[in-house]
Parts: sequence; structure tokens; C-alpha cells
Amino acid sequence: MSDILKLVVCIKQVPAVSELPWDAATGTLKRDLAEGMINPACKHALEAALQLKERHGGRIVVFTMGPPMAEEVLREAMAMGADQGVLLTDRAMAGADTSVTSFTLARAVAGVCPDFDLVMCGNRTIDSETAQVGPQLAEELKIPGAANVHQLTLSGKILRLERLSDNFLETLEMDLPGLVTISTREYFPRYVSMEGIQDTFDKGTILSLGAKDLGLDINLLGSKASPTRILDVYSPTAKKNNVVLKGSPKKIVEELFTRFGDKIGGVIRKDIKKADT
Amino acid sequence: MAGKKERSIWVFGDYRDYFENRVTLQLLSRANELAGKIKATVAAVVFGNNVDEWVGEYIAHGARKVYVIEDPALQDYSMETYSILMERLARKHEPEIILVGATTFGREFAPKVAKKLGTGLTADCVGLDINKEGLLVQMAPSFGGNLLAEIVTPVHRPQMSTVRPGTFQEIPHDNQAAGDVIRVPLPRDLPKDRLRVISAKRWEQTGQRLEDAKVVVCGGRGMGSRAKYKKLFELAELLGGEVGATRPVVYSKWVDEEALVGQAGKQVAPEVLFSFGVSGAIQHTAALSEADFIIAVNKNANAAMMKMADVAIVADAGQLCTALIRELKDRIRH
Repeated sequence: MSDILKLVVCIKQVPAVSELPWDAATGTLKRDLAEGMINPACKHALEAALQLKERHGGRIVVFTMGPPMAEEVLREAMAMGADQGVLLTDRAMAGADTSVTSFTLARAVAGVCPDFDLVMCGNRTIDSETAQVGPQLAEELKIPGAANVHQLTLSGKILRLERLSDNFLETLEMDLPGLVTISTREYFPRYVSMEGIQDTFDKGTILSLGAKDLGLDINLLGSKASPTRILDVYSPTAKKNNVVLKGSPKKIVEELFTRFGDKIGGVIRKDIKKADT
Repeated sequence: MAGKKERSIWVFGDYRDYFENRVTLQLLSRANELAGKIKATVAAVVFGNNVDEWVGEYIAHGARKVYVIEDPALQDYSMETYSILMERLARKHEPEIILVGATTFGREFAPKVAKKLGTGLTADCVGLDINKEGLLVQMAPSFGGNLLAEIVTPVHRPQMSTVRPGTFQEIPHDNQAAGDVIRVPLPRDLPKDRLRVISAKRWEQTGQRLEDAKVVVCGGRGMGSRAKYKKLFELAELLGGEVGATRPVVYSKWVDEEALVGQAGKQVAPEVLFSFGVSGAIQHTAALSEADFIIAVNKNANAAMMKMADVAIVADAGQLCTALIRELKDRIRH
């Protein structure tokens, strides 16, 4: 076995708009209409991988699963310093829940980089926000996993890590190979110029793999293989009690305290009820 | 084993940060309501060392049964061991539903358990119900709360959810309540932990960080000027909060980059977020998805930030900030 550090980073392309075009008739998101970007936490994970590589040497392979346009995030990752990009794209993979997503990713990682030392993911995405794919990917790969990590120190095959968990600051030690999900607390991503992204087109090709290339039965992929099923999607802003206040600043502030004074007072632990007059 | 197994709804006993987080009790309460609709019993599952206090507490709050695995080896909250124990217990007793609080621990523990059991899991639910087919309907937010999805697990069992703390109300403590305590010995064949807890210290904040603040006051270019933006610090001080900024504010040098809230800056998770004159570009709002309650102020009622707010105030951000400071000073009695 060579002792070069082999890092796998799994990233996701997410829509770069705050209000995603949404088809009320079909209850689906019009993802194709939105610009894509690397999910913020995934970018922090990549930054953490780059810092490990800078310190220890090694090779970084970045995976993403998505439509063909997801190649963009792999290009950006390569511009930041990743060595190779792998795009998992196949109609049969569409609509997978976290269980099937982690299964698909695991098979691809095991196929392309079977001798990895560490898999790194963002701790959560800003679109679906489940935070489940990382922990489930660790299960699929049968390796230890630790979520929400903000500091990593590698010595040999032992990874020391730090994370915040429910008001506890935990220091943990993990045997490699293993998996971590990185929070956005540290590892702020480096800047990449447009030219840098342009240069990756000269640097190398992206490996694009479908179900067949991975030897995967399409019945095990995508929405139909997923244990969970979405019955309905709706915009809670319509149902949510989105209170709109208008008028003079003084009146608005009075109304704000009348209706939400208890809530605000509870949070700041001060009595802000109107003094008796 | 003979006969049909009793239907049950399980709640994972997450007691570690008890006084901050009563989500286990909230779930026991909701589990009792759901149990009535599918004729199931409600059980809590507790792993740890010296857990009697929690066992009693869970019974007093609605658990009719408590499965307990108690051992000095379980002193630390161990992700690997706890998930294996849960998998084994669930394989043996086949609960219909497992509910886990969406604490940091729960949101890593539940996906591992679901994967081991080969079932589905819905994250961070803000509502649970039983539909007419008897399925657990799980309401989960998506896109930073812009959308809400109703999700079921039609075939696989158990049906599993993590549930956001504060979603349900706990049942009042009942000293008279009775429940069966089922003690299960720690299996001897557990694999060696590949992830070891070296230390777990209660997180003491030394000077409040923006990321940890319970109240965050965020300002955008809509504040109008550097001088007006600076008023947000006065407001934050009255509220015991911290001040954040959008990218344009940092570019304009109204405040240091330290205050940047967004994709390239800090993620915040306040209980109340005040947002003044912020349009709501995704690079900023991506960092707000953990904010519980958002009060946004903007002249433009259609700004994206106003759409995602719980309270949208249509007004000049600078003027409203001044009015709010005046009113708070008047109300806070020293």
C-alpha cells in the first residue's frame, strides 16, 4: 500500500437563489431554472481536505451526484485544488432520498477510490438540510463517522477531531479509514477566480459515470428505490403565519411588543412588558 | 417467538443536555397522541450509566415502557455503540415508529440507525401525524424553510423521524404514572469502538460569538449609512445579542469582515433574528436556516428576506431601529 494520503470529498450542487422557482401544479422544484453553486458546507469540507493535503501531501478526488450541469461544481472544486472530479449522473439516480443517495455514493467511492483514507462531506446542505447523507455514507462504507467536525489533526492512521455537539465541545479520535462531515465554523474556503475555473478545462477531464458504469441495478437507485416518499410539497409562507406589520415606526414597534413581547422577552430574559401606568 | 408482536412507538431517550433540551419529553407526549390512532404502546429507550433519574422522568412524562441498557462502558454518548444497540433492540422488538430528537447527537445517530435497519428517515420534522392509511406523516422543512414536505415511509419499518426540539408540548410531570422497566444487559460481542471520545466538556462561551448568540441583529445596505448601521450595536446591546452584516455592508466598510453572515462568513442559529434592510440574497440567507424566529424590516415588502420572515415589517430600517431602541429602553426596567 502506498502511503500517499487519499482523500475523497463529496459535494453537492445547490440552487443559488433564495426563492427557487416552484411549480405549484406539480409540487416540484424547477431546479433547472436556477443557477447552481457548491453547497456552502461542502466547500468548507473541500477546504479542510486541501489543508490536509498541503500539510501531508496526497490526492483529492471530488464526487458529486446530479444532473450533467453539476459538472460545474466539480470544475470549481478542481480550481480550488482538487485533483480529480467524478460526476455521477444518470436519470435512474434522480429523486433518491438520503438512504439511496448514500448507497449510490458509497458504490461509486468503493469503485473509483477503494483505498481511500478519509471521506469528507459538508455537514448539511442548504436545500434539503437533512444532514443525513454523511452519517449514512459512513454506514454504507462500514467505516467510523463523525459529523459537524470543525478541526482535524492527522497523525498516521489516527485522526483527532473536534466538534460542538449539543453544548459539549468534544475531542474524538478516529481510526482511519473514516468519514467526517465538516461544519461551517472553521475552514473558510479559499477564493477561486474565474480564470482558475477556466484553467481546469485544460487540466483534466471529469470522469462521468452512470448506473451501468458502476454496475448498479437501476432498481436500487433513484426515487423508486427510496424508502421514503414525498406525498406533498407546499410553500409554508402561504400557510405560515407570516405577520406583516405596516404603519408608523412607533405604532409598529408597539404592535410588535403587544404580539411578540413575551417571545422576545423570554429569549432575552428581560421583562419587557409595558410598565403599569 | 409466538404470536403477533405488540405495536409500539419508541422514543430515544436523549438526556445529555437535559436542562437545555426537553425534546425527549416533547416526543413522548406526541407519541402518546399518535399511539391512540394506531393502538400502540409508547416506549422510551435509554442507554448510559446511572440512568435511573431519566427512566423515572420518562415514565412520569408518558412512557409506558422503558428499555434500559445500563453499563459503565456506556458512560459517554458513543455514536457507534449507541447506534448498534438501537439497531439490535429494534430488530428484536420491531417497533412501528422510532422518534429521535433533532439534537446534534440525534441527527447523526438516527441516520446511522435507519441505515442499519434499512429503513427511511425524515430529518428535522416540525409536525407528525397519522393518516387514514395508518402511516406516519412527517412534515419536514426544505430550502431554508421556504418549502414544507409531507413525507411517508410506505413499506419499510420502522418509520423513523428526527423531530425539531420545541415542536410539541410535553405532558406535565405525573408522579403517579406507572411503567414497565425492561433491563437489557450490554451485549458482550460489541465491536471495538473506532471512534473514541477523548473528552466532552460543557461548552463554556468566553465572550459571545456571533455563531452562538441567541439574538442576532443583522443589517444590510438598506440601513442607509454607516452611522445608521452603527445603531444596530446599541439595539443588540439592549437585547444581549450580537451584530451581523451582509456582504455589501462589509464591502462598504461599515463594519469589519468578522460580522459577515453568509456563505463566505458565519452561520448563525439565534432564537430571534432581527434583520434590518437586508434584501435576502442566497449567499446571506444560506447562513440563516437555523434561525428560529425572524423579524425582518425592509421598505420593500417583496424582498426575499421579508418572505422568509415570521414577522415582516414594512418600514425604513433606520427609522424602525431608532423606534425600537427607544421603546426597549422604556420597557426594560433596571
